[in-house]
Amino acid sequence: MHTTEVDVAVIGGGPAGLAAVTSAKNAGAERVLLIERDERLGGILNQCIHDGFGTKVLGESITGPEYAQIYIDKLQEAKADFCLNTMVLDLTPEKVLTVCSAEGMRRIKAGAVVLAMGCRERTRGALGIPGPRPAGVYTAGVVQNYMNLRNIMVGRQVVILGSGDIGLIMARRLTLEGAKVECVAEILPYPSGLARNVVQCLEDFGIPLYLSTTVTRIHGTGRVKGVTLAQVGPKWGVKSGSQRFVECDTLMLSVGLIPENELSKKAGVALSPVTGGAIVDDWFQTSVPGIFSCGNVLHVHDVVDYVTLEAEAAGRSAARYAAAGSLPSSPIKVKPGQGVRYVLPYQISGEDAVEFSLRALAPEKDRHVVFRSNGQVIRKMRELMVAPAQMIRVKLRADRFPKEGEITVEVTE
Amino acid sequence: MEQYDVAVIGGGVVGCAIARELTQYRLKVALLEKEADVCRGTSGKNSAVVHTGFNVKTGSLKARLNVAGARMFEGLCAELDVPFKRVGKLVTALTEAEVPELHKLKATGDANGVPSLEIVDGATVKKMEPNVGGVAALSVPTAAITSPFHLTIALAEVAVANGADVLLQAEVTAISGKEGSFRITTRRGAIGSKLVINSAGLYSDHVARLAGVRRYKVYPCRGEYFIIDSAKGGLIKHMVYPVPPKGGPGLGVHLTPTIDGNILIGPSAEYVRRKDDVATTRAVARKLLKEAQEILPAISPRDVIAAYAGIRAKTTPSSVGGFGEFIIEEVPECPGMLHLVGIESPGLTAAPAIALDVAQWVGRHLSLVPNGHFTSKRNGAVTFRDLPPEKQAELVAQDPDYGHIVCRCETVTRKELKAAIENPLGARSLNSIKYRARATMGRCQGGFCGPRVVDMLVNEYHVPLTEISLKGPSSSLFAGEVKDLTCTPQR
Ligand SMILES: Cc1cc2nc3c(=O)[nH]c(=O)nc-3n(C[C@H](O)[C@H](O)[C@H](O)COP(=O)(O)OP(=O)(O)OC[C@H]3O[C@@H](n4cnc5c(N)ncnc54)[C@H](O)[C@@H]3O)c2cc1C
Ligand SMILES: Cc1cc2nc3c(=O)[nH]c(=O)nc-3n(C[C@H](O)[C@H](O)[C@H](O)COP(=O)(O)OP(=O)(O)OC[C@H]3O[C@@H](n4cnc5c(N)ncnc54)[C@H](O)[C@@H]3O)c2cc1C
Repeated sequence: MHTTEVDVAVIGGGPAGLAAVTSAKNAGAERVLLIERDERLGGILNQCIHDGFGTKVLGESITGPEYAQIYIDKLQEAKADFCLNTMVLDLTPEKVLTVCSAEGMRRIKAGAVVLAMGCRERTRGALGIPGPRPAGVYTAGVVQNYMNLRNIMVGRQVVILGSGDIGLIMARRLTLEGAKVECVAEILPYPSGLARNVVQCLEDFGIPLYLSTTVTRIHGTGRVKGVTLAQVGPKWGVKSGSQRFVECDTLMLSVGLIPENELSKKAGVALSPVTGGAIVDDWFQTSVPGIFSCGNVLHVHDVVDYVTLEAEAAGRSAARYAAAGSLPSSPIKVKPGQGVRYVLPYQISGEDAVEFSLRALAPEKDRHVVFRSNGQVIRKMRELMVAPAQMIRVKLRADRFPKEGEITVEVTE
Repeated sequence: MEQYDVAVIGGGVVGCAIARELTQYRLKVALLEKEADVCRGTSGKNSAVVHTGFNVKTGSLKARLNVAGARMFEGLCAELDVPFKRVGKLVTALTEAEVPELHKLKATGDANGVPSLEIVDGATVKKMEPNVGGVAALSVPTAAITSPFHLTIALAEVAVANGADVLLQAEVTAISGKEGSFRITTRRGAIGSKLVINSAGLYSDHVARLAGVRRYKVYPCRGEYFIIDSAKGGLIKHMVYPVPPKGGPGLGVHLTPTIDGNILIGPSAEYVRRKDDVATTRAVARKLLKEAQEILPAISPRDVIAAYAGIRAKTTPSSVGGFGEFIIEEVPECPGMLHLVGIESPGLTAAPAIALDVAQWVGRHLSLVPNGHFTSKRNGAVTFRDLPPEKQAELVAQDPDYGHIVCRCETVTRKELKAAIENPLGARSLNSIKYRARATMGRCQGGFCGPRVVDMLVNEYHVPLTEISLKGPSSSLFAGEVKDLTCTPQR
């Protein structure tokens, strides 16, 4: 098999990959290559025809495809190479990629690799919803793909399970296209999507949101005929007597995303059981030297702007690694403390300022995000509202960091 | 009305094996199946194990057909280009108290002529399966796994290649006439046939009744399963079974590696009211996982990618339990018709041997003349992802369709999908394509490739959008196009 060499290879041409490859090129990497398996660049943004993208980095709210185009233009300006309809089948710890396209199979030896494969949706199988297996059970992203890229209507009467952002956006989209969205059922006592989407996509259209509620059975053998909804108590036990049947021809699931790390595993990249993404330092370098990770494959983002920022940083690091063969080590550990589900990066070098990303465990009002090291508070900031759906970003200057040891991050009163 | 020598009712593994066997002779054979494809009944919803027969009652018809079928299996799979893997089986005793049961099983197996059975100690179990506990085990090295979909489809395809007619969506609704001139009414019209074979699985009692035979009753007994992500497939190498629960209607929850590298957990055993009640339930799901974790602690709920259930065709009601005998007989109420009733486990294993017995029965009514041009060989589909990279590269160089990967989780190429869509049986539902090419079967369950398969069906094969279904006419996937507000709810 033919082998070519590049300085930086980027896997996945969504917003993360676009920003990473462009910034690697602009940071001085000569031979860069972005590899995308689909027939166009832009990743999941191509099917997100609603607006709400770009508020943080562009200062305006535009649609997904428009946002993608801006970064495709930047990539072309930088003269970064890319290939489409090309799938990466294998990645080794030595950074050798095996790629496949209609033109043939080949190997690519890379100086540094950026993982930007995005994520996939959790399915019915992963949830184990009981009942037969009729047609008409879809995940929200798939419904979005059919409607927005293929002009296909999946059903006319819909129950939505899970209040993730994609589900909320699709509740509105389905309603606008004449479907009846009966309700959204969410097992948690609070919505898992952004507050603005609950208002703009459900409340504005009179679609009921039932919290602490789940689907306990799917009905229908050929096509979905309805679902049984039930309220759940503590520990998600079904409250007896709360079951009721809701007629529908479609059950749409919006129950979470899973980072697509199968390739990362092949390369031996260590993953976090909490995020499902790689464990990275402030260079976005994974446990395998020279392999970097950013975007949804690292951790699921609610706002694309942060994907772009993160990927630009990862691209710069990859360029630096490809040139120097190594990066300064990252001896300072970062740990989630009370009230924090996870915090990224997992360890830092202390060389430069770091932008931390973290998610709270539960929605709460009037909290503080507190960074502590060796018993001392090194940063404390107030948040009027925290929610697991809303990623918290905090930037710390390098002079705040200890030389070694640990930093813990808490969300407290 | 089309006239046949033999009409086989039911496109499960048994009916398809019979149809294939009969096409070796100068006979005009029809296979009638009510669903939109073969292998939609129990044959597609089981453990996929080629059982050796160590636990079947010595001297029974079931024991004879099981052992004979198991002997034929490897050769048959090679001929049909169907996966077959002799992974071996361990029946593990978790406590000393269970060890005597192992010896009993071994004795039955020896009596049935099962080769190479051996009792091994705990240390050997650990060596053979480091992730599995147990104080001793019965080692069954000849036990194997296969792909029941591929096998059943292959049998039907070879039957078609040798002149049989496979009629899908042809539920038999009435049977009249007598030996030599039966008239069989289906949802696709009527056919005539000299002989009739009732291999309708769970519904064989119903099909018998259509012909005036009222002596059978089939009791549905459900078995639920989980499928574990292939990423965890390496946890076991052999099938791992518990000592079977006494008097119960099943073999106990076991762990079975699949041909595709997943692990099956199950089945449960629970009598149900309806024969089509293949629903999975929460209570059983919890129980299965708990029991499986007792044998293999390294699996977690996160590894589950899908669940399914299959239904055993029991001739013993729940009050009796246990296992009944296979019933394969012609009865005085209706000469010229053969009934296969209660073909529960190991029916998959026994199917090739059952087909031989059935051919003998046909030979007692019609003369069996070899047709001289029977071809038993079949070239199955290429499985791109199982090939070494160099071989893959060669294929891509030969045909660019191999370079176009449509299903990312299972690495299924456009070439393989085309072959699946163009299958000789003409089955076009999404499930038919799925079972042939494995697309939509992986961890994303079709999230990525589903729309791409739909594109192929619409753009290249010109299937109208509203005719695209999951598993046949009553399961359409789409309501129509966006902005086309004329259509009504799907129900
Ligand atoms: C429905 C939806 C609505 C959203 N709404 C908003 C919003 O309103 N505002 C906002 O700011 N953000 C929003 N987001 C979030 C934002 O769009 C995502 O976080 C962002 O798109 C993630 O980018 P990514 O590049 O990491 O992943 P993706 O966009 O998923 O891109 C990954 C790419 O990698 C490719 N790939 C994967 N594996 C391979 C391989 N082996 N070989 C080759 N290529 C491969 C894939 O084909 C894909 O193109 C939304 C997200 C979704 C899904
Ligand atoms: C949980 C479970 C696990 C099992 N595990 C194993 C195993 O590991 N190894 C093994 O050897 N065996 C196993 N078995 C047994 C094996 O699956 C069955 O014995 C075998 O599949 C039976 O095949 P069949 O063709 O008789 O039935 P089916 O596959 O059910 O075929 C009958 C067909 O008849 C069709 N039909 C019904 N009525 C009509 C009609 N009126 N007109 C036209 N068509 C009709 C149905 O649609 C169906 O396709 C298992 C069974 C179960 C339930």
